[in-house]
Amino acid sequence: MSAVLQSLVNQPYKHGFVTKIESDVAPKGLNEDIIRLISAKKNEPEWLLSFRLEAYQKWLTMKEPEWQNVHYPKIDFQAISYYSAPKPKKKLASMDEVDPELLRTFEKLGVPMHERAALAGVAVDVIFDSVSVATTYKQKLAEVGIIFCSISEAVHNHPELIQKYLGTVVPVGDNYFAALNSAVFTDGSFCFIPKGVKCPMDLSTYFRINTEGSGQFERTLIIAEEDAAVSYLEGCTAPRFDTNQLHAAVVELVALDNADIKYSTVQNWYAGDENGIGGIYNFVTKRGLAKGKNSRISWTQVETGSAITWKYPSCILRGDNSVGEFYSVAVTNNYQQADTGTKMIHLGKNTRSTIVSKGISAGHSNSSYRGLVRISPTAEGARNYSQCDSMLIGDQCGAHTFPYIQVHNNSAIVEHEASTSKIGEDQLFYFSQRGIDAEEAVSMIINGFCKDVFQQLPMEFAVEATKLLSFKLEGSVG
Amino acid sequence: MIVNNSKTLLLVQGLRASINGTEILKGIDLTVKSGEIHAIMGLNGSGKSTLAKVLAGHAAYEITAGTVRFEDKDLLELAPEDRARAGLFLAFQYPIEIPGVANTQFLRLAYNTIQAQRGKEELDPLEFDDFVREKMKLLDMNPDFLDRSVNEGFSGGEKKRNEILQMALLEPKLSILDEMDSGLDIDALKTVANGVNQIANKDNATILVTHYQRLLDYVVPDFVHIMQSGSIVLTGGKELALELETRGYDWVTANKRSIAGAIA
Repeated sequence: MSAVLQSLVNQPYKHGFVTKIESDVAPKGLNEDIIRLISAKKNEPEWLLSFRLEAYQKWLTMKEPEWQNVHYPKIDFQAISYYSAPKPKKKLASMDEVDPELLRTFEKLGVPMHERAALAGVAVDVIFDSVSVATTYKQKLAEVGIIFCSISEAVHNHPELIQKYLGTVVPVGDNYFAALNSAVFTDGSFCFIPKGVKCPMDLSTYFRINTEGSGQFERTLIIAEEDAAVSYLEGCTAPRFDTNQLHAAVVELVALDNADIKYSTVQNWYAGDENGIGGIYNFVTKRGLAKGKNSRISWTQVETGSAITWKYPSCILRGDNSVGEFYSVAVTNNYQQADTGTKMIHLGKNTRSTIVSKGISAGHSNSSYRGLVRISPTAEGARNYSQCDSMLIGDQCGAHTFPYIQVHNNSAIVEHEASTSKIGEDQLFYFSQRGIDAEEAVSMIINGFCKDVFQQLPMEFAVEATKLLSFKLEGSVG
Repeated sequence: MIVNNSKTLLLVQGLRASINGTEILKGIDLTVKSGEIHAIMGLNGSGKSTLAKVLAGHAAYEITAGTVRFEDKDLLELAPEDRARAGLFLAFQYPIEIPGVANTQFLRLAYNTIQAQRGKEELDPLEFDDFVREKMKLLDMNPDFLDRSVNEGFSGGEKKRNEILQMALLEPKLSILDEMDSGLDIDALKTVANGVNQIANKDNATILVTHYQRLLDYVVPDFVHIMQSGSIVLTGGKELALELETRGYDWVTANKRSIAGAIA
C-alpha cells in the first residue's frame, strides 16, 4: 500500500507537472500584502478584503493551541506559500495510462467506474460526458432555486448571501486555525437551499465544477432557509493526496426554522507511511448553527486519513426544539493521531442532541474523543445522549476519551456512556475456530462496531466506507 | 458408540505444551475413533481446557513435544482456521461477544466458509434462514436469536446453545465441547445434551471436557479419562465417572496406581 501512496504523492514531480506554476505562486510567508494579493488575484470586493484583514489581525494575537492530544513538529507559518494559481493538472488520455496499482486500489475500495477515471486524473470526457452530467445536475438544482457553486463564484454572483452569513457561525477570531483560514482561504463550496425546498438529490463535492485546486484552506458555507432540507457529501473513499502538509478548513452551516442539514464526510487524506513519515495535518473547524425552531443539523464523519486530525464538528442549538447529531468513526493506524469529537451547545428550549463516537486504533496510533456538552441556563428541558466507544487492535495503540459536560439548567437530562474493547487473540481465535480468517474476522468485528454510524450514511457511501475500513486496517492484525 | 473397525480420527502422542514458559500439558496420549464419545474430566488447573485449546490451535500455547494426527493430516502443522475447515470443532467455554454483528450473519459466514472448503454449495441469506431455523428446533431456540448480536447479552445457557447450534450447522468430524455444562440449569443442560446426542453418529466423534459427572448422565461417554497436572492418569468406561462422583478427585490422587491396576 505504502508504495502506491508514495508513487501517488510523487506523481506531480514524476510526470513533470510543475512547469510554469512557479511564476504564479505568492512568496512564502504571511503578511497584509500577501492577503491583499490573494484578494486582488481573486478580484474580491472590498468587504471581503476587510474580513480577511480583520481575521489576520486576530490571528496575530492568538496562540497555536496546545491542549489537544496530538504531537507534531512546530509549524512554521512563514514558510508556507498562501497563494498559488490553480494548478493546470495534466490530464491522462485514457485509463490505460493510469498506474495499475492505483486501479487495484480503486477496485478494492469499490469506487464506481466513472469516478475512477476522474480521480485518477483522466480527462473524464474521454470516458463519459462529464459536462453533460454536471450540467444536468446543475439544471435540476437551478429549477428549484438551489445555488450550488464554488464560494469564489458565490462572492461575485450572490454577494448579499455571503455577506449575510460568512463568519456568522465561525467568527473570524474563533480559534487559531479558523482565523488563519478566514485570512487566507482560497476556495470551497457554497450551497443555498431556499425556503420550502427539499433538495432532490444528495449534493456532492464530486459534482461541483472547479473542485480542483480548492486547496489547503478550504471554506464551505451551507444555508438552508425555512422548511428547507439538504444532504451534503464531502470527500470520497478514494485516497486523496496533496503536496501541502497543513490543511485548515472551515465549514459553516446555518439552518433556519424547520430546516434540516445533513453533512456527511468520508476523509481519506494521505496519512503518512507505515513509519509515520509524511501525511497531512488536518486542522478543521466545522460548526452548524441550528438557528431556527425545530431545525436539525446532523454531522456524520468517517475519518480514516491524515497524519493528524484535529476536528470537532459542532452544533449550536439556538432554536427551540432544535436537534443536533454527531455520528463519527475515526480510524487510526500506523503512527496516525486523531483528536476529534464534537460540541453540542444547547441554548434553546427542549433542544436535543445525540453523540455517537466510535474510535478504532491500530498500529502505534492514538485516537482521542473530545466532546463538550453545554446546557445553558436558557435551555429548559434540554436532552443529550452521548456514547463513546473505543476499539483497540494490538497493544501498541492508544484510545482516550475526554468528555466535558457543563449543565446550567436543572431540567436537563444528560447521559454519557463509554466503552473500550480490544480485538485480541481470543476474539480472533473464536473466528478462526469457525474457519474464518483474521482479515475477514476483523472486518466483521469493525463493521459491527461501526454499524450505528454507517447506518447514518447515504447507501453507496456506507458500502464504500465499510470497504475502506477493512482496507485501512489490512495487515494490522496477525 | 464404539464401532468395530472404525477409523482413527485423532491420534495424540506424547503431547507437551506450555504457555509463557510454564508447562501445562506434560505428555498426553489419546486416541479417538469415529463413532466414539470421550469424556475428559479433571479439577480446575488439571490442563483439560488447555488440551482443548491446543488441539484447536490457540496461538498462546507453545507445543514443545509430541505429535497429533487428525485423519491423515499433521494437525499441529495446520493454522486454526484450517483445522476448523478440516472438520475440528471447539465449543467454547466462554464464547466471545461481537456487538453489532447479527448472529445469522456470523453463522452464515462460518457455514459458507466450511461449505466452500468441502466443495459444497454456499447458501444465500434466504436459503440459509430456512436451513438454520430447522437446526434451531433441535435446540429449542427462539428465532429472535438470529437477529441479536452474536452472544451479546446472551445468558450462559443461550451462549452454550449457540455453540451447539454452530456444531449442528458445521457438521464437524470431531467436536470438542469445553465445559458445556457450566452455567446451565438442569432443563438447559438436558436440551443441550439432547442436541449433542442427535448430532453424534457413527462417522463423527465427540470429546466432552468437564469437571462434573452431571453432564455424563445425559451424554453417555464410551471412554472417561481423568487428567491431573497435565497428564491423563486414568482411563476407563462410563462407570469411572460415577466412581469419581462418589469418591471425589482425592481418591484418584491417593490411589491412582491401584485403581489403574483394578480397572486394567
